[in-house]
Amino acid sequence: MTAPVLSTSDLVVEYRGRPVVRAVDRVSLEIGAGEVVALVGESGCGKSSLARAVIGIEKRASGSVTFGALDVPVLGIRRRPRALTGMQMVFQDPNSSLNPRRRVGDQIGDGVRAALARGESGSDPREWLERVGLDTSAAARYPHEFSGGQKQRIAIARSLAARPGMLVADEPISALDASTQTSVAALMRDLCLEAGAGMLFISHDLSVVRRIADRTLVMYRGRIVESGHTETIWQDPIHPYTEALLAAIPVPDGAGRLPDTPDDADRLTWTETIPEALERTAP
Amino acid sequence: MSILTISDLHISLRTPDGPRPIVDGIDLVLEKGRIHGLAGESGSGKTITALAILGLLPDSMTASGSITLASDAGATELLGAPRHVLGAIRGRRVAMVFQDPSTSLHPQIAIGRQLTDHMRHHLKLRKDAARPRALELLERVKVPDPEGALKKFPHQFSGGQRQRIAIAVALACDPDVLLADEPTTALDVTVQAGILELLRELVDDSGVSVLLVTHDLGVMSAVADEVTVMRSGVVVESAPREQLFTHPQHEYTKSLLAALPGSALEASPETLVHDLLAAPAAAAPSQEDSP
Repeated sequence: MTAPVLSTSDLVVEYRGRPVVRAVDRVSLEIGAGEVVALVGESGCGKSSLARAVIGIEKRASGSVTFGALDVPVLGIRRRPRALTGMQMVFQDPNSSLNPRRRVGDQIGDGVRAALARGESGSDPREWLERVGLDTSAAARYPHEFSGGQKQRIAIARSLAARPGMLVADEPISALDASTQTSVAALMRDLCLEAGAGMLFISHDLSVVRRIADRTLVMYRGRIVESGHTETIWQDPIHPYTEALLAAIPVPDGAGRLPDTPDDADRLTWTETIPEALERTAP
Repeated sequence: MSILTISDLHISLRTPDGPRPIVDGIDLVLEKGRIHGLAGESGSGKTITALAILGLLPDSMTASGSITLASDAGATELLGAPRHVLGAIRGRRVAMVFQDPSTSLHPQIAIGRQLTDHMRHHLKLRKDAARPRALELLERVKVPDPEGALKKFPHQFSGGQRQRIAIAVALACDPDVLLADEPTTALDVTVQAGILELLRELVDDSGVSVLLVTHDLGVMSAVADEVTVMRSGVVVESAPREQLFTHPQHEYTKSLLAALPGSALEASPETLVHDLLAAPAAAAPSQEDSP
C-alpha cells in the first residue's frame, strides 16, 4: 500500500462521567486510496465515536488523526480548514442530514463548491444524480419528495460531488429497506473506487459488509479485536467475539436453523487481546 | 387448528381527499402452536394489521372485514368489538410484544408489579398468589436472579433482558396468541439470537401461537413456520417457510431474496447496482412518510 489517505494512531475518545467512559481505546488504523474498510460491531462498542473522532466532530482524549499530510483538528466554532473538505461523511439518516428546505440540486451544489474551493475540477449536480441512479429532474425537487433509499443516494451524491479523498459513512444503509441495503452499499463502493477515494464504512450488518469491504475491523468495547482481509475473517474468525458475532447471524436459507446464542461464559472471553487476530492477510 | 383468522381485512386512512387504503383486503390464518411470520418493508401495512387485531388502530383509520379469535366456546369477532369484549381479550388471550422494551415497560414501576398487574386484573389472583407465578415467568424467559429482579426497575437491565421481561409480561395471563412486532429489531445480533431461541422454546413448550411481524427475512428463516409477505397493503405470497425461501413464486419475494446476502437467490453486487441504476426514478412519493 502507498501512503495511507487516512490514518489514526492510538486514538482515544472518552466521555466524562463517573467512571469515565472510554468509548474508543487506542485505535490505530490506516486506509489507502481506493480501499474500502469496514468497521463492524454491536451498538455501544464505539463505532460512531470513532467515526466522529476521525472526521473531527468528536473530541479526542489522546492520539492523532492524519488525513493525507494534514493533522485533523477537532472542529471548533470556525469553518473547518478548506483542505479538510476532502474528507466527507455520510450519515445514517438522510432525513436529518439533508436540508428539507433546499432543493436537491442546490445541496449537491454545496459539494461541487467545496471541490472548487480546494482547486479541484467542478461538476454539474445533475451528473451526480445520474451516477446514483436518479433522474436529473430531481435537482429541482425537495428531499421529502423521495423515498428513504433515494434520499440516501442524494446524500451520497452530495458528498462525492466534493471530490473527497476519504468518505466516512456511519451506518449509511441501516435506515433503508432491506431490499435496497446491499445495492446502495455496493453502489457506494463502486463510486468510491471510481473516484479513487478511500472509504471507512461503518455497519452492524456483517453480511452486507462481506460483500463490499476489502478489509474489516471488528470492534468490541472500544477496541479493535480482529482486523484484516474480509473474507479471511469471515471464513476463519480467530477472536471469540468475531466467532460469536458471525455465528449469531441468522442465515436466510429457509432451513429454520436457530443462530448460536453466546452464553455469559463466552462473553467473558470477548475482551481478550489476541495478537494473531489482528492484521490478518489473504490466504 | 386455526386460532386467529383474518379475512378480507381492509384498513383505510381518512384524509381530506377521501379514504386512502393502507391495508387492502388481506387474508391470514394463524395456526395453533405455530410462528407465523408477517414480512414486508416499511409502509407495507404489517404493523397496522397487527394493531387492528387488538383494536388499537388510531382514530383516523377505519377497518372492515373480519378478524376472529377461536376458542372452545366458539369464535369471537374482534373487529369492531365493543370495549368490554376487547378489554377481556387484550393481555389475557392476545398479548403483544413491541419493538422497544425501554418504551413498552413502565420506567417507574418495579418489574414485579408490571408482571402481576395483568394477573390480578384478568385472573383475579391475590398478591401472594401472583408472586410465585411472576417468579416462574422470569425463570421461563431466563432472566437471571428472578427473586432480585422483581424489585428492580427496567433501567437496571440490559436491552436483551428488558425484552425478555417484556415477553414475560405478555405471557403473564397465559395468552393463546402473542403478537410480536419487530421484537428483535432494536437488539444486537448476539442478543437477538437468544430472544429467537426463547420464542421458539415458548411455542414448542406451551403451544402459544405467535404472529411475528418483522422486516428481517433472516429472522423469519430462523424461527417462522409460515411466512406471509406483504407489500403496499396486500399479501403477495404466503407459504411454508422452506418453500418461500427456496421456491418463491412471486416476483416481489424473489427480488427481496435477491437483495439478501446469504439467500439461495442472492444476486451479485454488480447485478444489484445495475438494477438500481437501470431504473432511474424521478421523485416518487415517499413510502416512509405515510403515517
